[in-house]
Order: sequence, then C-alpha cells, then structure tokens
Amino acid sequence: MSSAPGIAFQILQSVFVVLAAPLLVGWVNQCRAWLQNRSAPSILLPYYTLAKLFNKDAVFAHDASPIFRWTPYILFGCMWLAAGIVPVLATGLPFAPAADIIALVGVFALARMFSALAAMDIGTSFGGLGARREMLIGFLAEPAMLMTLFTAAFMSGSTQLTTIVDTLAHREFALYPSLAFAAVAFLMVLLAENARIPIDNPTTHLELTMVHEALILEYSARHLALIEWAVAIKLFAYMTIGIALFAPWGIADAGDWSALPYAFAALAGKLALAGAGLALIETLLAKLRLFLAPEFLSTAFLLAVLGMLTHFLVKG
Amino acid sequence: MGVLPSPLAGSLLVAAAWLVVAVAGLIPAGNAAFARRFAFPLGAAAGVALAALGLQAVWLPAQTLTLPLGLPDLPFHVRMDPLAGFFLMLLGSVSAGISVYAAGYFREEPSGRLTLISMQYHVFLASMAFVLLADDAYLFMVAWETMALSSYFLVITDHQRPAIRSAGFLYLLIAHLGAIAILLCFGVLHGGRGDYTFDALRAAQLQPAWASVAFLLAFFGFGAKAGMIPLHAWLPEAHPAAPSPVSALMSGIMIKTAIYGMVRVTFDLIGGTSGNIRWEWGMAVLVVGAGTTLFGVLYALVQHDLKRLLAYHSVENIGIILLGLGMAMVFIGFGHPAAGALGLIAALYHTLNHAVFKGLLFLGAGSILHSTGMRNLNDMGGLIRGMPKTAFYFLIGALAISALPPLNGFVSEWLTFQAALQATVLQHGVVRSLLPLFAATLALAGALTAMCFVKVYGIAFLGRAREPAHRSPLPHAGDAGPMERYGMAWLAAGCFVLGLFPTSFLLMLNRVGVSLTGHGLSEDALLGSGWLWLVPTAMGQASYSPVIFFVVIVAVTLLAFLLVRRFYHGRLRFSDPWDCGYPEQTSRMQDTADAFGQPIRHVFGPIYRTDRRLPGPEDTEPRYSLKVEDRHWYWLYLPVARAAEIVSSKIALLQQGRISIYLLYSFITLIALLVFVR
Repeated sequence: MSSAPGIAFQILQSVFVVLAAPLLVGWVNQCRAWLQNRSAPSILLPYYTLAKLFNKDAVFAHDASPIFRWTPYILFGCMWLAAGIVPVLATGLPFAPAADIIALVGVFALARMFSALAAMDIGTSFGGLGARREMLIGFLAEPAMLMTLFTAAFMSGSTQLTTIVDTLAHREFALYPSLAFAAVAFLMVLLAENARIPIDNPTTHLELTMVHEALILEYSARHLALIEWAVAIKLFAYMTIGIALFAPWGIADAGDWSALPYAFAALAGKLALAGAGLALIETLLAKLRLFLAPEFLSTAFLLAVLGMLTHFLVKG
Repeated sequence: MGVLPSPLAGSLLVAAAWLVVAVAGLIPAGNAAFARRFAFPLGAAAGVALAALGLQAVWLPAQTLTLPLGLPDLPFHVRMDPLAGFFLMLLGSVSAGISVYAAGYFREEPSGRLTLISMQYHVFLASMAFVLLADDAYLFMVAWETMALSSYFLVITDHQRPAIRSAGFLYLLIAHLGAIAILLCFGVLHGGRGDYTFDALRAAQLQPAWASVAFLLAFFGFGAKAGMIPLHAWLPEAHPAAPSPVSALMSGIMIKTAIYGMVRVTFDLIGGTSGNIRWEWGMAVLVVGAGTTLFGVLYALVQHDLKRLLAYHSVENIGIILLGLGMAMVFIGFGHPAAGALGLIAALYHTLNHAVFKGLLFLGAGSILHSTGMRNLNDMGGLIRGMPKTAFYFLIGALAISALPPLNGFVSEWLTFQAALQATVLQHGVVRSLLPLFAATLALAGALTAMCFVKVYGIAFLGRAREPAHRSPLPHAGDAGPMERYGMAWLAAGCFVLGLFPTSFLLMLNRVGVSLTGHGLSEDALLGSGWLWLVPTAMGQASYSPVIFFVVIVAVTLLAFLLVRRFYHGRLRFSDPWDCGYPEQTSRMQDTADAFGQPIRHVFGPIYRTDRRLPGPEDTEPRYSLKVEDRHWYWLYLPVARAAEIVSSKIALLQQGRISIYLLYSFITLIALLVFVR
C-alpha cells in the first residue's frame, strides 16, 4: 500500500499545505478588505507576521506549566497531521489508511483540548472564559462535523477519506439532496471551528466577546507564531475537506505525476473561490451573541442528521 | 493438569487466595503494617495471576467443574469460558493496579479500621471472581449478594457520618431491587423444569413472550447494578462516600460485572446460537443507553465534587457500552451476526477501556483527596505544581476518557461508530435510519466529555489556587507516594497498550464473540493487515493504525520543536500574566467549576433542578453558591418513597397488638387455604 511515489506525494502534500496555509489566510484578508472598501494588505502579510513573531523574545507567566509550554508544538503537530490525512492534491496517499474521518475529527478534538487546557494554565480570568466558550462551540461543532462526514461515509460505504473522495469524484454530476444538506452543515461547522464570523471574530482582540483570541492571550513570540500558523493550517485543512467532499473533481491519484499540475491548478482555483466566499460571508454577516452560537450549531447538527436521513430515504 | 494449573483451577485458587488474605489480615490484630505490606501487595500479585489465567482461558474451550460446596444436592458449579476469561482478565489486571495503590493510600489509616477494610476489600474481589465463574444460578446469586454486601460495608467505611450511612442505604436498596429482578429472571428462564445450572437454563426452550420477560428482568436487574438511567441514583452517592481505591474498584470493575451478567443472560442463556434475540430488545437497550449516555455526561458537567463528577461519568460510559450491546442485539435480531459481533466487541472493548481509565481517574482523585483533603473542584487550582506526577497520570486518564486518539477510549468509540455505520445492511427502514442517530448521540457525548475533562483538569491542576495561601492547603500539597504512583502508572500504561495495540485485543474479543453467538469478524481482515492495523471489516472500508498515528504525531510535534529550536533564538523571559493588561487580577477571578458548567446549564436548562445563590452588591467577600440536583429524585424516587410509606402505613393497620386479632388472621388464612388450595 505504500510505494516510493506515494510517499513522495505524501511528503510533498504535507509540506505544501504547511507552506501554503498562510497564503490562504492572506487571500481571505485581502478579499475582505476589498469587500469592505479598505485598501488591502499584501497577500504575504501573514508570512511577515510569522517572521516577525519568530524573531521576538518570548514571555511566559511565572507559573506556566509544561502544558502551556508544549501546547503550541502539539497544536502545530496535530494540524500538520490533519494536513497529511486530507486528500488535498491526490487520493490514495500512503498515510491516509492510518487515520480515517473519525480519527481526523479526533485530531481536531485533541488540538482543541490542549488549547483549552493551555488557556486555563496561567489562571487568568480571560483564559478560563475562552476555554469554556471554545469547548461550548466544540461540543456542538464536533458531532455536526462527524454527522456530515458520516453522510459521505454512507454514500461511499467507507470511513476512509481517500475512498470517500474517490467514490464521490467518480460519480456523475448530479445534485444529491443529502450532500446538499451536508454541505450547508459543513459550512456552518467550518465557520464555527475556525473562529469566523458569525461565531467569533478573527480580527477582534481585547473584546469581551472573543473566543479564540481569549485562548491564546498569554502567548507571545514563537509560541504565538506556531499557534497562528496552526490556525492557518486548520483553515486550509477544513477548506480542503470541504472541497474534497463536495467538489472533488480534478484531484490526482497518488503517484500520477502527470495529473499533478492539473490538480494544483484546480485546487488553487477552488481555494481562491472558497476564500473569497468566506470573505463575503464575513462581510455580510454580523457576529452572533454567544448564546445564539449553540442555536447556530445545533442547526448545523440537525441539518447534518437530516442529510443522513435523506440519504436513507432517497438513496442519494 | 500438568505443572501449571488449568485456567479454571487457577482462577479458583486466586479467588481462594483472596479469601485467605482477607482472613489472614484479621489474625495479627492491630497490626496495620501487615495489611499494608503484605495483604494488598499479595492481593495485587493474585490479580496479575488471574489476569494471565483469564487471558489464557479466552483461547481454550470451556471447562466446567462441580465444587463439593454448597447445600446438599445443590453443589456449586463453576465454568471457565472465553467470556468469563475476558472479564476475569479485566478484574485481575485492573484490581492489581488498584491494590498496589491501596497499599500506599491506606498508610495513615488506624490499624483497626485498616484490617477491616482489607478483609472486606479482598472478600469483595473474591466474590467478583465467583460471580464471573459461577455456572449455576445458585452460586451466582450467592456471589452476587456477597459482592453487594462487602461493597456496602466498604462504602460505609466512614459510617460515623450520616450522609455516608444514607448513601450506603440507597446503594443497598437499589442493589437489592436489582437482585430481586435477577432472581426472577432466573426463575423465568428455569420455567419449572430441571435444575438451576446454566446448562439447564440454556437448554430450556422459552416461548418468545417469556424470553422477552426474562430479558427485561435481566436488563432491569443488571441495569440497576450497572447504573443505567433511571436506576443510577446510587452511583453519585456511593462512589464519593467510599475510600478512593474502593470507588475505583466499584466504578471500574463492579459495575462491569453487571455488564457481564447482561451479556451472559442475553447472549448466552437466552440467545445462544439459536437466534432467540429479538431486535426490539436491542432498540430498548439503545434508547436506554442513549438516555444514560447523555444524562450521565450532562450531569457530570455541572458537578463540582470531583468524585461525584467521575461517578456520573461512569453512568455515561455504561450508556456507551449499552449502545454497543444494543446495536449487537439489533443486528443479531435481524440476522446479521457479523455486524452484531462488531457491536458486541465494541461494547466489551469499551468495558475494558472504561475499567482502566476510570480506575485511573478515581485513583488520581484519591491522591488529590489524600494530599489536600479536598473533593470540591471550586477550592482547587494549580495542583500540577505540587503534584506533577499525579497530574501527568491524571492527564492520560482525562485524554483517554475524552476519546482522543491515540489512547484507548478512542478505539472503542471508533468501533462503536463502525458498528453504527454497518446500519446499511439492515432491511428495516426505520431502524436503519435510527441507528446513525445513536451514533450522533455518542458523538455528542464524546465532545461533552472532552469539555468536562477540560474543566476538571483545568480547574484542579492548572491555574492557581483559588483561595489565598493562608486559607488553602493547596500550596503545601505534596505528590502521591510511590505505591500510589505505581498503581496509577500501571493503569496509565494500560491506557496506552489498549489504545496502541487494539488488534491483539480484538482477536481475543472475537473469540469471545464467536463462543457466544457462533459468529465473529473475519480473522483474515484482522490478522491479514498485520498488528499495526485495526481493520474490523475490510481494508477499503475502515482502518485505523494507532501506532502509525502516534509515531507521526510525536514525530511532527518534535520536528516542529527542533526546527524552531534550530532556527530561532531560545530567549525566554518570565513575567506576570498579562490578562489583557487588567491590573487588579486575583486568583479568585479564575473560572470555578460551576462557572465552567454555566453554558451547559444555560443550554440544557430544563433538565436540571438548580438552586443558585448570587452575592448581593454590598458583599465585600462575594460568594456564589450553586446546587444542581438530579431531577430523577423528584419525579421518580421521592414519589416511589412516598407511595411506599403510604402503603406501609396502610399495612400497619393490620398490626393491632392484640393476640385475639392475630389468631383471627391465622384462622382466616387457614380457611382461605382450605378453600382455594385443597
């Protein structure tokens, strides 16, 4: 199941995702600035920010424990792993069978748990608040995500992402009602899990309503850089999961070098569209009150379940 | 028999050894050192031996033996088969860790009490072994009651306190309600013919209606012991009342004997290979299991007593096990034994996993209690600094129970999901679309568990002590002693082994499933892909490789660490926490356990009965108090108690205290018997 080109593809893809992820964030920020009639920052700004943060001196609180110290690396490792599971450029990667969709959700849960623990480590009021809210969002988003993925799993008879994508990519184009439900649910989960409007505001800071920023408030310099980078990879991974499930056309098979340029172009086009769409959503919507977040996410959960039931009812 | 004893004889020897240790501990009266240095370590060694014997028995055909004990004409029958072997392995391996821990935990116990605890503790262990070995209803009930009584005495170790006495009474009451149902279930299975050996019960041909009655009685009876909703009320009372190693035994192992009973009666005595299992039973189990799962975790989230919280998590995990069992029954009832075997295996694997990580968590809670004297999370904080080793083991337990890869809780939930995803084989449209909904319940419960353990860990171990140093014992808390640590390390290692090498355990559980239902997973799929891979059905369908997963996640984390170290300066300063520049922060501004549960109380408000006291605006030392009660008390337990009181007061009218009236009763009874019975 593992061959030299397969492994080459695997490594190539993992490195590609890690390097390209900040670019996607830069693109989303640029689109949002345009939509909001602001002059846009450079698309490379996230890279400059990372470089700046890496060069600063790190500051820790006096009673930081090893959990606080290790969490940035664990987060980065988890997201890197996730980037290895998701078929971004090619299906049939050698690492893919080691972790299926349930394990993928597990990786995100692991990262979430550690980031919440690290937030509580210093013992500040904002840290606990952020951890509590993050877990509140997580406990609803995670099952919704699983149900969305299960719908796809039922359609293809497998929980392996690579098999699912293979099956979905090679069906004729038609509108499957269950996939439509799943896609809406997935979009809602994506917004919530990546701390986007309407659940959280990625540009906010020092606000009582913040969720994600409250988690990482005590981090600085290289640790903050790793977290920001991990967050960018997470957004990239979520978008590519969405693309793989709902618009998989053009993806290459592992080891098929000739299909790679086409897969690259298709991916770049789809990501550019998805990023612009995300910026549009963030421009059009306003942030929800925190206690509307459970309603938003339970809607996502119900939509995902509905999608699954639809699959059983109409077989499609 | 050879040099090594056969598994059956060996297990009997181990059980006898536990009884000997129990009695021997009493002889050097007043000598606590004996109990600490010999009784508990010997008990642990016996546990390891039992685990090895149980493991061996899974691979052997069933053995039976008739003991020359019991009543005349009613000897005790014992039997060792793969199912019993698996549960004996669970009992032996988990109790070994707990016994080692107990040797350290009870070091400050006064000697009189300690010898008594040691006696009850080892009788408790031996009675659980006999429950698993019993091959007739008589021995089973004797052992079952011994188990209930010995654990009752352990629960009321601190019997001077009224709250603990009433917790013990509640436990005893529900245990006996369950025992009556189990007794009736054996009666129904027996059907008035033959004797009470399990062989005879297996051979009895039941009418479908009677089979359903027997199943429901067993489900109720064993469910009461397992702690399923709404019979769970004793768990959150009894577990905190008992000393921590006993809580770990009860929550880790004893409630699993109820799962054993449920599996034995349903899949072996009623079901067998004859296909008597009906899918409707499975749906009942699924509905109760889903309710138990959600209620357990939602109540756990609003607790602030650490041991009560863990007890509610036991309720939740019993629900997860029931979900697996229910799926197995549904699949078998519809004639898909292979999918059913997956459900059964998932349930049994979760049984083992829960025993390991919940044992570990209760031991960790015990160490906290030991070194700080605290059970209330609201008073804790920052324990990771005083007790880093306990914090490390507790973190492993917390990650395992939150079903995070690559630890063991994840594997069994993964298997349960895979069982639910087999729903496509079913023909019945409604059931087919309902099964994934139970998977959704499981997903929700898993995520809520993660939230709950962020709360537990974040509040107890991280942050800072919530009270000033002169008022709180926390800054002086020391780490757990060596014996306590060995016990926890043993169980923590179990979390890793069960999480990283599931395939070897799955092969074992497959044997158990085959011995019960005659069908199992395909060994080709399990074996064919090698020990690295967990493949329950077929490679293309579902696979998971915990070892590769673990290696990769460690490797990429380390790689990130080394890259950053290599290319960037390691300059690091320490200063006060920033907290958005807020100048007047104190450690009392951290979240408390109640605050952390607040969003949950908000979202799921109607299921709780809350009593909240907010401080007034003039309070200089504001205190917030919150009491969340289980609604089951108010709609089920209190009405039943009131009804029982009314009925008994009516019956008391019979009691007149005059001998002529009592003679009249006897006379009427005699006449009635003469008329009706003749």
